[in-house]
Amino acid sequence: MHASTRCASPRKTALALATGLAASLTLTAAQAGDVEVLHWWTSGGEARAANVLKELMEAEGHTWEDFAVAGGGGETAMTVLKSRAMSGNPPSAAQIKGPEIQEWGELGLLGDLDAVAEAQDWQALLPETVAEVMRHDGHYVAVPVNVHRVNWLWANPEVLEDAGVEMPTTLDELFAAEEPLRAAGYIPLAHGGQAWQDATIFEDIVLAEGGSDFYRRALVELDPDALGGEQMVEALSTFKRLRELMDDDMSGRDWNIATSMVIEGDAAMQLMGDWAKGEFTAAGLTAGEDYLCAPAPGTASVFTFNIDSLAMFRVSDEADREAQQDLARLVLEPTFQEAFNLAKGSIPARPDLDMSEFDRCAQQSLADFQRTAEEGGLVPSMAHGMAVPAAVQGAIFDVVTNYFNDSDMEAEEAAQRMVNTAQAIL
Amino acid sequence: MTRSTSLSHAGRALGRPSSSGFLQSWLPRLVLAPSVAISLFFVYGFMLWTFVLSLTNSRMLPSYDFVGFAQYGRLMANERWWVASTNLVIFGGLFVVICLVLGAFLAILLDQRIRREGALRTIYLYPMALSFIVTGVVWKWLLNPGLGLQAMVRGWGFESFTFDWLVDPDMAVYTLVIAAVWQASGFVMALFLAGLRGIDDSIIKAAQLDGGSLPRIYWRVVIPCLRPVVFSAVMILAHIAIKSFDLVVALTGGGPGYATDLPATFMYTHAFTRAQVGLGSASAMLMLGGVLAILIPYLYSELRSRKNG
Repeated sequence: MHASTRCASPRKTALALATGLAASLTLTAAQAGDVEVLHWWTSGGEARAANVLKELMEAEGHTWEDFAVAGGGGETAMTVLKSRAMSGNPPSAAQIKGPEIQEWGELGLLGDLDAVAEAQDWQALLPETVAEVMRHDGHYVAVPVNVHRVNWLWANPEVLEDAGVEMPTTLDELFAAEEPLRAAGYIPLAHGGQAWQDATIFEDIVLAEGGSDFYRRALVELDPDALGGEQMVEALSTFKRLRELMDDDMSGRDWNIATSMVIEGDAAMQLMGDWAKGEFTAAGLTAGEDYLCAPAPGTASVFTFNIDSLAMFRVSDEADREAQQDLARLVLEPTFQEAFNLAKGSIPARPDLDMSEFDRCAQQSLADFQRTAEEGGLVPSMAHGMAVPAAVQGAIFDVVTNYFNDSDMEAEEAAQRMVNTAQAIL
Repeated sequence: MTRSTSLSHAGRALGRPSSSGFLQSWLPRLVLAPSVAISLFFVYGFMLWTFVLSLTNSRMLPSYDFVGFAQYGRLMANERWWVASTNLVIFGGLFVVICLVLGAFLAILLDQRIRREGALRTIYLYPMALSFIVTGVVWKWLLNPGLGLQAMVRGWGFESFTFDWLVDPDMAVYTLVIAAVWQASGFVMALFLAGLRGIDDSIIKAAQLDGGSLPRIYWRVVIPCLRPVVFSAVMILAHIAIKSFDLVVALTGGGPGYATDLPATFMYTHAFTRAQVGLGSASAMLMLGGVLAILIPYLYSELRSRKNG
């Protein structure tokens, strides 16, 4: 290199040729980049949905390197991602959600999507609560893929009718339904005794008892007064009363087994996020007719969201950066949003889409999403890693599940423990 | 043989080592060197690294912000860690003792020159061929009150029969013992059987001539002869107990609540799913410490007495 510059003058033409070649190389590279996407959309419907994105990217001339890591709610994928990031070779995009985006952002590993966000006007497109999750330090670093609602109640209408019970809309109605349902020989509430499922119904109860402001103070901001206060003690007592509605064998049961108990008519209802719809659909049932959905009792004015998102890692290559920006743009475009969310049972992350293809539950979900976004009832789900960092979430899980399963632990003690562990970690 | 000896003698006589002598003394070291280096690095190196991490405030990724023994302090204050440690003592203790007693007992019964011994031995040994995941899932179904034993006995008409340890937070840890003993006692039996076959018949005959009863001969003569077998069995069982992870995951998932958590599952949860690498490393170091605290005195006493004997 050095030598060639020194004796440049006799070879001006050659140099010009080389420069021209290099320029044309960068030009083609700028059009076609590489994206490697780490995700755990590996089940049948999800994989098909992810494939839509791949095809859209390839239509733009980019290369899509699929980096799917199967297994348990993304734990395996996260472990792989950490080792890749530690070796200084992260993929260009990865399925990361909630406060974890902030943790990666603090490590300085995430790229910047502000240009795309501006071009597509994300500020207007996304509710502020959602946009907040996607930003680190004021810059967009991730793009939302879909929105799941967690506070749903699912029910088998035949069972309800047989026992002469209406779909409960308040906690009192839910508890009142126990007697007729038991008398008719049904399990009122199907549940699986796993920590995250316990936490899922726990947050439904906190919302029903305290409303979204209390929820936000206690489980998002971890305010000790709210977390250990009178209202929390009451919520915890109600939460434990739910055991009366469940069966004795729930310990360790997977959520989809609990859903199938509702499908088969052994149990009447289940409190679970909208991914439960996948099980109902797979059983050939139609929403609103063969199975019912309603907001969890007492939480009609609230929407607990669980949003999958793709976070973008910083890449040095200009072409790859461009591909990354195109990926972010395509994710929020209607084609992908509709195809992906129809397959996944969730609702689109942008609320301005035509929902006629979606089922009744999804339509209600989107309507509620918009309404709560305006009225302030849109809150992140603690049980699904949207509200607090993983360490705090784990500590709350420990207390909640231990309290729920230990017949000797008092609600006051559980509330106090939550305060202590949350503070010990922060 | 003689030629090579004379050659090396000749080489030494000339005052410089012959090339074959050099190779002979260095070849074993050269061949072993890679595996020594690899195990030094991957076993002891990573142990050291884990220790270093346990002194830092590493969260999601390792960091080198040293905080002294603060992670150990947090671990000591963590109630779940104490549940996990207590569970390990209960589970490990019962598992090793019951496996030893049951294994020795089965081996003695099988050693009575019975017919079809080979077939019986295979039946008892077979559970060892299964992975702990399979054992865990099968016992999860058997012990589930609504599906397994309890439902079956109730189906026979004994309505008040209750066996719900799996869903009882106080008793669930014992279901781990049941499943693990079922899996490993056949293997211990095989070890003891081999030991029994190795005992010289004439010793037993001599004891019989002296008028010892059969139980007394076993207690005073045969079992003391099996001491090396007990040694190997305890070594194997103890490490199975301490590294038990898959059994817990498959059988109870650590539940109800976290009533059946073991240190291994605690470590995994905190280091890998809860972004607390520092705390996870501290718990891993304590596990290592626990293993050494048991193994070193035992190894020392066993090896010393063998040397003396």
